[in-house]
Amino acid sequence: MSDAQLPPAGLPGLQCPIPRSEYPQVTLAHGGGGRLTHALIERMFLAAFRNPALEPLHDGAVLEVPAGRLALSTDSYVVSPLFFPGGDIGSLAVHGTVNDLAMCGAQPLALTAGFVLEEGLPMDDLWRIVRSMARAAKDAGVNIVTGDTKVVDRGKGDGVFINTTGIGIVPEGVHIAPARARPGDRVLLSGRIADHGVAILSVREGLSFETTIESDSAALNGLVGALLGALGERVHVLRDPTRGGMASAVNEIAASAKVGLRLEERAIPLAEQVRGACEILGLDPLYVANEGKCLAIVAPGAAEQALALLRAHPLGREAALIGEVVADHPGRVMMRSRVGGTRIVDMLSGEQLPRIC
Amino acid sequence: MRFVDEYRDEAAARKYVELIGRTVTRPWTLMEICGGQTHTFIKSGVDRLLPASLTLVHGPGCPVCVTPLESIDRALAIAARPGVIFTSFGDMLRVPGSTTDLLGVKARGGDVRMVYSPLDAVKLAQKHPEREVVFFAVGFETTAPANAMAVWQAEKLGLGNFSILCSHVLVPPAMEAILGSPASRVQGFLAAGHVCAVMGYREYEPIAARHRVPIVVTGFEPLDLLQGVYLAVRALEEGRAGVENQYARVVTREGNRPAQALMKQVFEVCDRAWRGIGVIPASGYALRPAYARFDAGKRFDVGAITAQESPLCIAGQIMQGLRKPHDCPAFGALCTPEHPLGAPMVSSEGACAAYHQYARTP
Repeated sequence: MSDAQLPPAGLPGLQCPIPRSEYPQVTLAHGGGGRLTHALIERMFLAAFRNPALEPLHDGAVLEVPAGRLALSTDSYVVSPLFFPGGDIGSLAVHGTVNDLAMCGAQPLALTAGFVLEEGLPMDDLWRIVRSMARAAKDAGVNIVTGDTKVVDRGKGDGVFINTTGIGIVPEGVHIAPARARPGDRVLLSGRIADHGVAILSVREGLSFETTIESDSAALNGLVGALLGALGERVHVLRDPTRGGMASAVNEIAASAKVGLRLEERAIPLAEQVRGACEILGLDPLYVANEGKCLAIVAPGAAEQALALLRAHPLGREAALIGEVVADHPGRVMMRSRVGGTRIVDMLSGEQLPRIC
Repeated sequence: MRFVDEYRDEAAARKYVELIGRTVTRPWTLMEICGGQTHTFIKSGVDRLLPASLTLVHGPGCPVCVTPLESIDRALAIAARPGVIFTSFGDMLRVPGSTTDLLGVKARGGDVRMVYSPLDAVKLAQKHPEREVVFFAVGFETTAPANAMAVWQAEKLGLGNFSILCSHVLVPPAMEAILGSPASRVQGFLAAGHVCAVMGYREYEPIAARHRVPIVVTGFEPLDLLQGVYLAVRALEEGRAGVENQYARVVTREGNRPAQALMKQVFEVCDRAWRGIGVIPASGYALRPAYARFDAGKRFDVGAITAQESPLCIAGQIMQGLRKPHDCPAFGALCTPEHPLGAPMVSSEGACAAYHQYARTP
């Protein structure tokens, strides 16, 4: 949604609640615990995230918890630039933790949000980020119930860092674990890889290139819910291939379950533009980050139904069957290349650095 | 994707593999010059489709691998100085010097920045007149035109705060050195397509004639390589020497003349030490005296550099085609991408990195 559109009902408005004439930028005092901190919390965070658990603005939130097993996950978000095509650090901080919970088979119940703000951050930017978090949380059906704000000296942060912690409930009959991958299982992917990493690169200083590629940042709990609701126990492993890309995710699964994975390069969905950008920059899309994709390893008999379920969901339209779990080469991922050769897909060492020529 | 998929077509690849199989009647050893070609072979796995009697050895065409340790240590010393913005291609950041690498200098407070083009370093110098901006100008004839352009532009702009640490190398003298070595087993070359895009292939004709070897100018896609191998083995089987051009969609005999003219204006040929190999006469570029003020080596006195290479690393022998990465006792054990002893283990064009990443065993 562009900023020009009106926000849907129940979402914070465009106008920053802390007028520019008052405080155009975040100051150290906003993290001091005094009047300014309270103004920031009440006028900005509470206004955007308002829900019954948050409203008392107590030291912590008290929640009603339904029966079941509890899943708990935490992640810190640092991204430069803060705003990128297809998202921003705010939506990313919600999607990332919601997805980590979803990959445990859990439906998210509540999130916390910890902000480390850098002195000098434009208040309008913070409001944009907070609004984006509120919208992402609403779309994912989860409340932000408690939080924290600190301000660090100018030059000691990158605008804003956000930590989100989430809890969720794992329904009865759902058992998701990397170690549950069994020979014969099928490997499915919910859509195109590498969109997020390439979208970020495209707006990095010194490398702006023209593209319409957008980050795939999205909350996957709906997609995963549909899959688990229909297939339950027959879904063995779920994984969102974020940092380190798909290659790292499949390697972790192979190592943890002590099985081999065999992938078909041709079957892995990849946008032409993303592929082109990776070719030019010398990056392997298998190692590029995703923020709204899910790997699902399912029992052999459930593959077709799983594929149909994924494709029926808006976030899984381009889902594909990309490989299988094998008993051979335990701990190792092999891939048949487009040209008909075979290669090993290993973990990434360090960061991918663009090559010289 | 156009211009990519055509060169990764499985049916066409199979056809060339069969053709090579029918052509080869005895063992041959070919060297692909460029590390980019090595990586395509290993990553696509097409080298494994070739007849067992055909041996591929990997050449010295990895710019960061051959950059001498002294140059890297000099770069590290300059990068660590206050007031300096040290810029480099990303590939160079992890290459080990005697004690650390450029990322290590950055972690300790040095202002080390990755750029995608030397012209970005020139822009940085314009933006920060109060700082010294240094670009680490490494590479073969492929990167030399852009680096020459950066110096040329800096001069036109009258920039007093831009310089390059120049460690350029040239392919033909290295091929001569490999062919001249008594230990060499190379019988034919796949020449580096992108070097030839700049330089043309005229300069390879005397080498082919003098050493009686076929040299096939070859591209970087799996089908390019298979076609290059086919042309090379066909020439070997027929007892022909000479230069053939597989990469005709990019390379001409004369090359890119404006680029060559600019390189000639800014650089002069010099003797150059190659990491792990030693000094090869007339194998590098240095700045001409008229551009000496852009020479970071002269501008920054970093004292005497005494570089200490790991005694275990056999990178030099690997890059001359004498041994393969898994022949090295340190490979994968003492030497890994996380803790490299030599540059070929970290460069995206290094043979050791390719063998390690795609877990090649003998």
